[in-house]
Amino acid sequence: MNVEVDGHPVDARPGQTVAGLLLALGRTSWRSTRNGGKPRGVFCGIGVCFDCLVVVNGVPDVRACQRLLAEGDAVRTQHGAELPS
Amino acid sequence: MKEVVVVGAGPAGMAAADAAAKAGCRVLLIDSAARLGGQYHRQDSLLDKEKFTPHRNVERLTETTVTALEPVGPGHRLHLRTGPADGPQRTARYVDTAALVLATGAHDRALPFPGWDLPGVYTAGAAQALAKGQRVAVGKRVLLAGTGPFLLPVAASLLDVGARIAGVLEANGAVAGWLRTPSAVFAGRRKTAELAGYLRTLAAHRVPYRARSTVLAAHGRDRVEAVTTARLDHGWRVRRGTERRVEVDAVCAGFGFVPQLELAVSAGCVLADGFVAVNTAQATSVPGVFAAGELTGVGGADLAAAEGTVAGLAAACSLGAPVDVPRRALRRVRAGRVFAEGLGRAYPVRAGWRTWPDDETLVCRCEEVTCRELRESVERRDVLGVRSLKLVSRAGLGMCQGRICGRNVAELAGVPSDGFARRPLAAPIRLGELSDVESPWEGKA
Amino acid sequence: MRHPDVVVAGAGVVGAACAEALSRAGLRVLVLDRGAPASGTTAAGEGNVLVSDKEPGPELVLARASRRRWPELLAELREELGPAAAEAEWEPKGGLVVATTEETAAPLQGFAKAHRDVGIRAEPITLDEVASREPWLTRKLTAAIHYPEDAQLQPVLAATTLLAAVRARGGEVRPGVRAVGVRRGENGAVQAIRTDRGEFPCAAVVNACGPWAGAFAADCGAPIAVLPRRGLVLVTAPLPPGTVQHKVYDADYVGAVASGDAELQTSTVVESTRAGTVLIGSSRQRAGFDETIRFDVLRELARKAAALFPVLANVPVMRAYGGFRPYTPDHLPVIGEDPRLPGLWHATGHEGAGIGLAAATGQLLAELFTGRESTVDATPFRVGRPAVAEEVRA
Repeated sequence: MNVEVDGHPVDARPGQTVAGLLLALGRTSWRSTRNGGKPRGVFCGIGVCFDCLVVVNGVPDVRACQRLLAEGDAVRTQHGAELPS
Repeated sequence: MKEVVVVGAGPAGMAAADAAAKAGCRVLLIDSAARLGGQYHRQDSLLDKEKFTPHRNVERLTETTVTALEPVGPGHRLHLRTGPADGPQRTARYVDTAALVLATGAHDRALPFPGWDLPGVYTAGAAQALAKGQRVAVGKRVLLAGTGPFLLPVAASLLDVGARIAGVLEANGAVAGWLRTPSAVFAGRRKTAELAGYLRTLAAHRVPYRARSTVLAAHGRDRVEAVTTARLDHGWRVRRGTERRVEVDAVCAGFGFVPQLELAVSAGCVLADGFVAVNTAQATSVPGVFAAGELTGVGGADLAAAEGTVAGLAAACSLGAPVDVPRRALRRVRAGRVFAEGLGRAYPVRAGWRTWPDDETLVCRCEEVTCRELRESVERRDVLGVRSLKLVSRAGLGMCQGRICGRNVAELAGVPSDGFARRPLAAPIRLGELSDVESPWEGKA
Repeated sequence: MRHPDVVVAGAGVVGAACAEALSRAGLRVLVLDRGAPASGTTAAGEGNVLVSDKEPGPELVLARASRRRWPELLAELREELGPAAAEAEWEPKGGLVVATTEETAAPLQGFAKAHRDVGIRAEPITLDEVASREPWLTRKLTAAIHYPEDAQLQPVLAATTLLAAVRARGGEVRPGVRAVGVRRGENGAVQAIRTDRGEFPCAAVVNACGPWAGAFAADCGAPIAVLPRRGLVLVTAPLPPGTVQHKVYDADYVGAVASGDAELQTSTVVESTRAGTVLIGSSRQRAGFDETIRFDVLRELARKAAALFPVLANVPVMRAYGGFRPYTPDHLPVIGEDPRLPGLWHATGHEGAGIGLAAATGQLLAELFTGRESTVDATPFRVGRPAVAEEVRA
């Protein structure tokens, strides 16, 4: 599958989650906190902690560990609190 | 409404669905993941093959989140969203049922320590889910810390995906010793054999296993580069002078489990010691609602499956299906509970953890509330309940709604933690999605 | 502590404000709450300090006095307790009331004129001005009025600040004590408050039990018509600062507050908090003390909020919560001494406006209690008025 990560085309496999892909690419963080600007990535890995939030197709606050990738998905880093585009 | 609805497709939920289906009921089995199995039987999501074939009476509803539960006489309505996680383009559906089995499981309890908010610190469950489901190792050189034998399969999963393990640190006593205690031996032969197997795997990979030790701090700029470990006394206070620095790129921590209570609490189920109270038929205090698995107490997959069988049959029976008393499953539940009680006694979270975080350690990761801020809120204000504590300190008010920090905040502040479990929205829902829910109150005042 | 002069039953924001004002007047105050302080109606409140939603009349007079008093009171408590202990997130952010249909435009403009006639700042603004004040607000508006006097605070912080002042002045706050009635002396006046933890001798009791005030009054033998009305609020995920800048609401709100007839009413009130979340209220529903979160109500809130702020449609809602408001048949609070039972005072019935009205309510109650000249006319709020005391008797 073809997807995009922060503007770059990337190959993804069916069944891969956003977090699975990002970690496989060597990323450990893809969100910054809204108060401290601190980097965050996966913490609980099962959809409970909401730390791994990411923007998918313009919609922020998507849990990377829960979201299965689909053909053409555009994933990007979430900076603090964001509004949907 | 002649349908049993099962929420959660882990060992408990799958067993419940199977038992109810075999008793002749139609079953709807709901899970947020795309594949069945839950955490214990998590499937490789990259393989194009579903491992489990449920009974023909079972309709599977995967990639489906239960966003809320409401009473609808007689029974309950579940509001469902099916589709890509967190929307917004999910399909809405609701289902009404007079026989509901909750098997929503539990997640790792994480304890705060300096640096636990750095990328590269994971819960043990995260490492396991990523290894089994996504074939990803969370690090090249990983340290595991926490308490209880459930750290062992996590270590094994990490070895499977090629990680090196710098050590497994058990804050209580060694698992090998506990496996020889009477309650473990008599009650859980299958489980003890499984755990002994993991210990052999660890030994074969020369993984250091240390009892009465833990990770005290994680260091690094933008991610974990090293950790400090230390020895603990029996109350989990740090033995000064035993601190050591270990270079790792990931830490996985798991200090027991927190049940996912929101649907049970929304249904009004009575809790006991933080878990859903059930009778021998796995019936909760609410008619038509049954619970099985880690929701009712932590005891592992075998106990969960046995409870699921009982719950599924009891749910079927409540709809009028003829069922036999499941003597074998009931026996497995009794034995499993002995094992679980022994486990609970040997591997509790001990009060000394409260000395691990320092003033600037975050207690609430979402709202970035530090331990100092929490303490000052409690000192300055009349906060004696969860509701006011949250609003004064902001701890537990963020996106995870206290799922990660609730127990810790309550213990640090000295208030009861039950209030954190009340979440009428069991999962976030986009405002636009909420605009089209169908309510049982339709047309009623 | 020596016998208190006054026992306040209820440590919500109204009880806390009464206790603060009484202790300021030099009285020895004991505050009781059956649960934890500031954990009932107060914890469910959105923190509104509003003039815009009240029609000209006694409630508006009280609201204006309270709007003046709150910042003054918080400043005094900052002096007394220190800045951190008196932080209540006071925000004079202003209100924006909008009409979205032709039918509601004229009533809104008329309402605003009536406000201006009594000296409230109610300023019609153009759609361009709306767009610069609230960039994410829909442009499909038929009228918009800016109310610069509307403000917001964080209710639990405010209430706990007031209680801290009571303590600092030698008063006491005792949680987990349920008031169950009063004991009367031979002269018929209050001699003690009865609780599940025994009796506390005192010459006066203030019933500040909010939605439960009717029940406590009945237990005292002096029933008043205060009943619960359910309200639900949605909370979004934290959003970027400035997404919603004012307290923005639809003009149909005003009708909902004043109405006592409909079983369920929803209207849209959208506002941000300092933490970045957006609160979406508010519904009013008569359902006793039923705690069910009804999804038809949440749906109506969601629909109306997304219509006002289309960008919110794809924002996550992370929490829904409910509370109970204390309402009276004539929609006015009850403030004063009970003519049937000397020594029993009431301060309740503020419906959804208790946070905003608390500061002036405490001040007025203390003035009446100490026999000083009152800031506002207390007559409309008197306990003995037909709608409150006599309707119950009949």
